[in-house]
Amino acid sequence: MPRMTMIEAIRSAIDISMERDGKVVVFGEDVGYFGGVFRCTAGLQQKYGKTRCFDTPISELGIVGTAIGMAAYGLRPCVEVQFADYVYPAYDQIVSEAARIRYRSNGEFTCPIVVRMPSGGGIFGGQTHSQSPEALFTHVCGLKVVVPSNPRDAKGLLIAAIEDPDPVIFLEPKRLYNGPFDGHHERPVTPWSRHPLGDVDAGHFTVPLGKAEVRRQGSSVTVLAYGTMVYVAEAAAQETGIDAEIIDLRTLLPLDLDCIVESVRKTGRCVIVHEATLTSGFGAELAALVQEHCFYHLEAPVGRVTGWDTPYPHAQEWDYFPGPARVGEALVRAMEA
Amino acid sequence: MDDFPPLSLHVPEPEVRPGGTPDFSNVPIPKAGSVPRPPVDVDPRDIRDLAFSIIRVLNREGEAVGPWSGLLSDEALLEGLRHMMTLRAFDARMLMAQRQGKTSFYMQHMGEEAVSCAFRKALEPGDMNFPTYRQAGLLIAGGYPMVDMMNQIFSNEADPLKGRQLPIMYSSKEHGFFSISGNLGTQFVQAVGWAMASAISNDTRIAAGWIGDGSTAESDFHAALVFASTYRAPVVLNIVNNQWAISTFQGIARGGAGTFAARGLGFGIPALRVDGNDYLAVYAVARWAAERARRNLGPTLVEYVTYRVGAHSTSDDPSAYRPKDESEAWPLGDPVIRLKNHLVRRGAWSEERHRQAEAEVMDSVIVAQKEAEKHGTLHSGGKPSVRDMFEGVYAEMPPHLRRQRHQAGV
Repeated sequence: MPRMTMIEAIRSAIDISMERDGKVVVFGEDVGYFGGVFRCTAGLQQKYGKTRCFDTPISELGIVGTAIGMAAYGLRPCVEVQFADYVYPAYDQIVSEAARIRYRSNGEFTCPIVVRMPSGGGIFGGQTHSQSPEALFTHVCGLKVVVPSNPRDAKGLLIAAIEDPDPVIFLEPKRLYNGPFDGHHERPVTPWSRHPLGDVDAGHFTVPLGKAEVRRQGSSVTVLAYGTMVYVAEAAAQETGIDAEIIDLRTLLPLDLDCIVESVRKTGRCVIVHEATLTSGFGAELAALVQEHCFYHLEAPVGRVTGWDTPYPHAQEWDYFPGPARVGEALVRAMEA
Repeated sequence: MDDFPPLSLHVPEPEVRPGGTPDFSNVPIPKAGSVPRPPVDVDPRDIRDLAFSIIRVLNREGEAVGPWSGLLSDEALLEGLRHMMTLRAFDARMLMAQRQGKTSFYMQHMGEEAVSCAFRKALEPGDMNFPTYRQAGLLIAGGYPMVDMMNQIFSNEADPLKGRQLPIMYSSKEHGFFSISGNLGTQFVQAVGWAMASAISNDTRIAAGWIGDGSTAESDFHAALVFASTYRAPVVLNIVNNQWAISTFQGIARGGAGTFAARGLGFGIPALRVDGNDYLAVYAVARWAAERARRNLGPTLVEYVTYRVGAHSTSDDPSAYRPKDESEAWPLGDPVIRLKNHLVRRGAWSEERHRQAEAEVMDSVIVAQKEAEKHGTLHSGGKPSVRDMFEGVYAEMPPHLRRQRHQAGV
């Protein structure tokens, strides 16, 4: 099985989807001739022609708005917003239009689009190249929200998202594009070629939307994580020696509640980690669900380790990013309660 | 710095406010027949004047004159007259139904009937409109059943949209009418995307986008023009300038631009301005723009100059911001009366037949209303099921919605 980076896996997913379905079209800023600022669409214009993979004007609302019109026609656009930090001009189109067209037209019109966007911090991206805006989308009924954490899932989830009949917000943690990252910025980065999840089937396969994966079996505390924080949680468990069960949520909406509830009822403890800011972040929804469904099994308050409630800073990157030390402290607190 | 007096902010004001005498002397109205009709493959740079004039066919005497005339037969014009009369009668009945509490909300088309009714006749089956909430003439002229429109307005058990949408936010894929959204401007850029998809698919179908004068200020308007221009999308981009955005006069959205059509020029998009109360002119311009799109010559921007005679909606009282009799002073008159006069002059119609037709049209609307009311109105009779509230959010209902539906007891 070939080894791929997350970038190569994403590119492979789009390539296979375009090959299998002539209705799949790909566009965004610098996506066509150049192949994307992160190389996720490299070579696709040469292979499929410029009417199926093309560059757009710098207008996020134009990219998503035209994609919605194309979907109404019957195409399956998979579009890119260069950074999740720049999705806001398209927010009206996503929330008021893409998410609701099926509902408001009683299924006459549908919106099978994928909006890919690199997200997350840990790269000295500062305020507008580091954000994790997932909670702005999980609050929107009619959307699906996906955050892969490795090349295998990125490919399988993206193919599933492109084939899905509903609009999917696909957040790609750019910190994971070239290799896993556990928050130890002082150590050299290991590439995906040295990680088992860098093994990616070259052909067509899907990872179902709405299904979480237990990434580390454990009996003491459940950690709910996604994206980069999966590796941070793994490092924290190893460094504290706490037998944590780490769940990679993969899809935030719809959520795999059964997997979460089963684990927390077993461990009796739960720590939620995400890069996004704390207040009204997705962790709040997770905490409320765990409290509601696991109340009589909980032996400690549900913990949350997240980015601070500040804009994402530049110089203070590693004081902001919730690294293994902070996650480890939360695990210890959960065990001591 | 002593050379400069303090700055002051310019805030445009309409010529007249309530209590004043309506005055449209600042609206230049060219003579009917005076604007040339260029070939559809014209270079946009050669017709810049058309963005500042008004294409008109019917003159004051009710004659069809000039290069944009001569496209429609008596039968087609009589049909168009009936469509406009039907829309007007439909509006009158639904306005009354709202006052009677049979629905929560309605928006009428008074004065703008020609725009959507005539435009629809320039399209082919399979073409797609992305309308606003004030183009129901696209449905009436396209043969969509009035009963279904009313079922939607009454949110009853036969509502095609299952009671989920505010009244008049119709949707009909079959009739080339994209689902209406309450969010202004959004559909303008979607129309461009639909047209791009048709071109990508080497199809022959075209799209039409619709927007009002006020909503041209939304970012979506700009994005639509950029994308339409860049990809030469087969789309007709329609601006209905009815002078008013709720209480805000068109000068607030237009600013220093001479016309709304002129906005197209900066994008290299041919821009035409047309008398929106002249059924023949609207049809002629729509056909010109549709042919351009269909021949893969790219987008056209059309500004329909008209006047919103009625209130913005059933929740609005225009006497609070404009003179009560302003619509009577509107120099482009009434689209129904103008077409009627033309047909009378052509010898194809008479005052008597018109009165008779008015009664017939109203009868047909009343018959449709009775039929619709059998299925219920907002507060009485048949309703969409509560289960329908949970359906259709996604193609397949996810577990959390199944739990909520269960909690709701359905």
